[in-house]
Amino acid sequence: MDLWVLYKQMLRSRLFEEAVSVLWNEGLISGEMHLGTGEEGIIAGIVTQLQEGDSLALDHRGTSALLMRGIDPILLMKELLGLPDGLCSGRSGHMHLFSPELLAASSGIVGSTGPAATGFALAARYLRTGKLSISFFGEGAMNQGMMMESFNLAVTWNLPVIFVCKDDKWSITTHSRNITAGNLTDRAAVFGMPTYEVDGSDVREVWISARKCLNRARAGLGPSFILATCSHLEGHFLGDPLLRTVRKPLSELPGITIPLMKSLLQSGGASALSRLEGLTIILNQVGKTIRDRKREIRDPVKIVRKLLVTEKMQLEKLEAQVFEELAGVISSITSE
Amino acid sequence: MRKMKFSEAIDDAIAQAMAADSRIIILGEDVQALRRNLLVRFGKKRVLNTPISEAAFTGAGITAAMTGLRPVVEIMLVDFIGTAMDAILNHAAKVEAFSGGRWKVPLVIRATCGGGYGDGGQHEQSLWGWLAHIPGISVVVPSTPADAGGLMFSALEHPHPVFFLEHKLLSDMWLDYLGGASRKSVDFDVPFEGTYGQVPSKWTKIPLGQAAVRKTGTNLTIVSLGVGVHRSLECSKILQDNNISAEIIDLRTVSPLDIRTIHESVSKTGCLLVVDEDYQGFGLSGEVAATLLERGLSFEYARVCTSGTIPFSRKLEDEALPNVKRILDASLKLVNKKV
Ligand SMILES: Cc1ncc(C[n+]2csc(CCOP(=O)(O)OP(=O)(O)O)c2C)c(N)n1
Repeated sequence: MDLWVLYKQMLRSRLFEEAVSVLWNEGLISGEMHLGTGEEGIIAGIVTQLQEGDSLALDHRGTSALLMRGIDPILLMKELLGLPDGLCSGRSGHMHLFSPELLAASSGIVGSTGPAATGFALAARYLRTGKLSISFFGEGAMNQGMMMESFNLAVTWNLPVIFVCKDDKWSITTHSRNITAGNLTDRAAVFGMPTYEVDGSDVREVWISARKCLNRARAGLGPSFILATCSHLEGHFLGDPLLRTVRKPLSELPGITIPLMKSLLQSGGASALSRLEGLTIILNQVGKTIRDRKREIRDPVKIVRKLLVTEKMQLEKLEAQVFEELAGVISSITSE
Repeated sequence: MRKMKFSEAIDDAIAQAMAADSRIIILGEDVQALRRNLLVRFGKKRVLNTPISEAAFTGAGITAAMTGLRPVVEIMLVDFIGTAMDAILNHAAKVEAFSGGRWKVPLVIRATCGGGYGDGGQHEQSLWGWLAHIPGISVVVPSTPADAGGLMFSALEHPHPVFFLEHKLLSDMWLDYLGGASRKSVDFDVPFEGTYGQVPSKWTKIPLGQAAVRKTGTNLTIVSLGVGVHRSLECSKILQDNNISAEIIDLRTVSPLDIRTIHESVSKTGCLLVVDEDYQGFGLSGEVAATLLERGLSFEYARVCTSGTIPFSRKLEDEALPNVKRILDASLKLVNKKV
């Protein structure tokens, strides 16, 4: 494990996505924007260990994985900007990024990376012995039937897949635990594959577990499952209304509370007690968002950087390099 | 008379129906946040958050409807219905026929649809023709707040499965969520008349299968729905400047299709343009033409639809979706063909 390589990739991804955030806020990127900021530890711990011929099934936060896999950042940025000379001719945007060269495919359909990675692994077994596939998905996707069907298929066919569940506890505005039965690692384990639980904000933990899964898959011993915790620094997506409410209560709250109170007090409907229960659910949602922000955010980039600060010179050199790369990306795009 | 926004009108109609009928419940992903105003009035037993398990909760909605409840199942974006298609195709649509008419499925499926805000081809489809293709499913696509509320009110009393599609360009709430409309830096081509308008002080039913003539005209009939209606109306002003008078029909429901209204108009104008944001092939636009031909009508015909996967790039997307220029070009060509 080379922490310098890991940190470099994580920082590249972070800076790239921070630039994406600026461009999105300036209106230069359209639609939704789900960043992977906060999950770089998970992505780096796995993607930096891949070989040529391995494949990637990416969810709606695939930007980071593609960058670390070696996609040309200029092509990627141009794609996000919807430019005709972007990675997918401006036709995909961040949720549907494809690279046939890197065997990487993304989808915005929650759960779809299960079947995708399973098929990649099937082809790998016939055509690229020793190669494997990765499925990245959120904990919300664990409730999608096709994900469970993929676990079953991968185990019964003994396919070289690593199922990587990035658990940030939230499915948009819903706290996943409230809609998820049992324990996710147990759930994966009943299919008969090895499972690992790691702190995804510590790239070292991810790397070590991933190593075992990758070795196993390459040796033809079948799939594994990793549950890695993380926090998304920008909430579900940029402009996340829940985060906005917490960050800018003065401007956001009136638009929410006025209709809410009107409805709460309107005649016809549930008992006062049930109404208050409903209100509590909403307040809890906001409260949980605030608490998550304050206490639980562990930034994987900062955590790995701390391990390297003693080597000040080397760190500064590396950071300067990464900054320069990104500056190059930005200037090459703006110069056109 | 009151004034309301598009989604607000739908929620308001649902609230009125929920207050009167305790069998109505709402289930779907994030509904406790999205429908928080209903949550605080009707409680969590009637507004239920679901896991991301569309196949399960849509299927469950069907049998719950068969046994006494009146569920409104929310599929955030109609594109996501793929994962629950079996429930729709082989169950919701078939129970009544299989049971010899003895068992009905009074289910409403509410979903957003449509593009124009740069989210790409997996999040901006219309799919109403694809859904209406299935016998046993009604499909509603309103274009104004008043219609949206009135049609939802109808759907909630309808004894059969109804797909209720809410165009995202008409809903400021969804444009905020999905288009990032909170950014001052972005602008969408939103038809204002569709997003905010007068609604009745108390909701009454607008029957499913009744189109609305939005503008009368003599030279050309334009049949459309959803945002396409507003694009067509805008185009009709330019046509008027060219001394072409277009009649604009807002279908409001795809299925049942109000073929009588279309027939009447086309027999007057002899010229039909279908403006349909859904896919061009094998869909609504062809169905309208075929049905009129079966009725023995002869007329000039053209269509402006979406022909391929909707591109992400805003520029390409605008060209792919029916826009005023495409409607105008097609209208002029069509009318010239007639003379
Ligand atoms: C089939 C399907 N249903 C619903 C959605 C809408 N949606 C997009 S992301 C998301 C939440 C996903 O949560 P999770 O899997 O935990 O991933 P996260 O976004 O937290 O990374 C939902 C419900 C979708 N894209 N696809």
